[in-house]
Amino acid sequence: MKSHWQILVVDDESVMAESMAAWLREDGYAVDTAASGAEAVALARSNSYAMCFVDLKMPGGMDGIETMMEVKKIQPEAVVIIITAYATVDTAIAAIKEGALEYIVKPCNPEEISILVQRTIKVKNLQRENEILRKKLSRKYHVHDIVTKNARMQDLLHLTREIAGLRSTVLIRGESGTGKELVARAIHFSGCRAKARFVAVSCAALAETLLESELFGYEKGAFTGANAQSKGKFELADGGTIFLDEVGDISPKLQADLLRVLQERRFFRVGGNEEIRVDARVIAATNKDLAKLVEEGTFRDDLYYRLNVIEIQIPPLRERREDIPMLAAHFVDRLNHELGRAVECLSSEALRVLMDHNWPGNVRELENAIERALVTCRSTELTRDDFGFLGQSRNSHTWVIPPNTTLADIEKQAIKVTLERTSGNVKEAAAILDIDRSTLYEKIKRYEIARA
Amino acid sequence: MGDLLVVPIGEVENHWLQAAAACAEAMLHMPAQLLNPLPVPPSALHAQRNQYLSTSLLELLLPVGRERGARVLGVTELDLFIPILTFMFGQAQLGGRLALVSLARIRPEFYRFPPDPALTLERLRKEVRHELGHTLGLVHCGDARCAMSLSNSIVQVDAKNDSLCASCLARSQDHLRALQSGGNS
Repeated sequence: MKSHWQILVVDDESVMAESMAAWLREDGYAVDTAASGAEAVALARSNSYAMCFVDLKMPGGMDGIETMMEVKKIQPEAVVIIITAYATVDTAIAAIKEGALEYIVKPCNPEEISILVQRTIKVKNLQRENEILRKKLSRKYHVHDIVTKNARMQDLLHLTREIAGLRSTVLIRGESGTGKELVARAIHFSGCRAKARFVAVSCAALAETLLESELFGYEKGAFTGANAQSKGKFELADGGTIFLDEVGDISPKLQADLLRVLQERRFFRVGGNEEIRVDARVIAATNKDLAKLVEEGTFRDDLYYRLNVIEIQIPPLRERREDIPMLAAHFVDRLNHELGRAVECLSSEALRVLMDHNWPGNVRELENAIERALVTCRSTELTRDDFGFLGQSRNSHTWVIPPNTTLADIEKQAIKVTLERTSGNVKEAAAILDIDRSTLYEKIKRYEIARA
Repeated sequence: MGDLLVVPIGEVENHWLQAAAACAEAMLHMPAQLLNPLPVPPSALHAQRNQYLSTSLLELLLPVGRERGARVLGVTELDLFIPILTFMFGQAQLGGRLALVSLARIRPEFYRFPPDPALTLERLRKEVRHELGHTLGLVHCGDARCAMSLSNSIVQVDAKNDSLCASCLARSQDHLRALQSGGNS
């Protein structure tokens, strides 16, 4: 299919619906047909249609205009064209008034319908592109924007939804590129603070003094160059959320200041005497093991407990390999629009390369890999060769073993990944792992590994 | 791989059938067999429009060579339509066995021009390639010169070549190779 847009043709006369569908399919569209209004409504619940051609006169309770109104309730964005054999001014006005884009009288000149379809699809493509760009610009992500079918991630999303409406501090842990900020944004935009700001600060990127004035703002004359009063990120996030990325990297002095804000929800601007009150929800993130930093004495334990009210641990991509096909398809779809490409799919060999890669840079690395492959791809399918650059780094990658990992964790992971690769075939997995089949069964049972 | 059958629906002059068969042979790289004409089913006629329902004629072709998995090209003088459109130059099963082309609207006489057999022949070749292209899974091409581009008017038919563009040609060859290696589609 050259277009991913779906079209619905609704007519009680199957000859009419089928012939129209066949004609549109020759143009490269995926077309469904429905023989009644009720059938059309049922289809609209489970599919997304760019446009619907609906016959005006249909028996069985729902005529074309009623069908259009019901479909539009489910898919307000769908463009509806009402078709009729006998046009009257009254029905034409009624159709347009209720939201039909056009009212056409059959038989139509093929050119008329072609132009109508092309025009609609062009607008749909622009709307889609606009939506993607807007989302990218505002980065207003919701929980449902996170692509996953991994059980741990599903639990995490469930937790995210539950805590979205609370004010409690959240600590998000995860390796670089796992999407900590995405989860933080999803918490913010799914909760009651969504209308206020989401302010992100990267604590690792700034020097101590700079970070202090960045977080708390400063008064005029507080330091050289402070020519005017400036609000800090905490004040900007009043009523909303402040996201402190790489919170494990902040200095002891700032740790004390941060603790005070968390406890009392009050602070002073740098060089200021007036106490500022804020109501900002704090979401912190780190790729470090804060508990260990506390043990080593480089991170305050009281701050750690204040931050760690709700902890979210995002698994690395190599521990949720089952998400790779979905994520890859998602990125291909989105980047196709952004880059103006028309790649339809990934070959099974290409997908295998992606499944076998270790992804030290996690989801961000996968996104970048898809983008690079799309840019150089010459056909409508991404092949193994398009991901040749991954092979170069594949042999040189080092294992990233998270802190506090036990030998049992590693063994469990090795068994899980091997079983995924063999699609659950224990005999094959045992051969790869070079252990007895009975030993493998025993370990599967012991580690409670779910088999595909 | 199945064979290629060329079937007239109603009366069609032999030289048009020969030309259509030669064009189909060249495109599909298989010998064509010319069959006897099929009678026009009276139910296909829409009396008010004085046109024939294209899908009914495709249905008529359905049993032809079915057991052999043959590719079938129907050729007719009848003016074709589907309910929503005023007319069709031809129709095919996308990725299927059946294709149908009509001579009615590719003759200059239809547009009140003097008869021009050479021009009609050229248009016939384009339409045969176009409809058979659909049976090879090709959808309409954005290149207006490619035989697979959409023609809604005779002007658009005349604007295109009787050959496929490089991209459609490559895809049609892939499809043919897949057919030759055993799978029918």
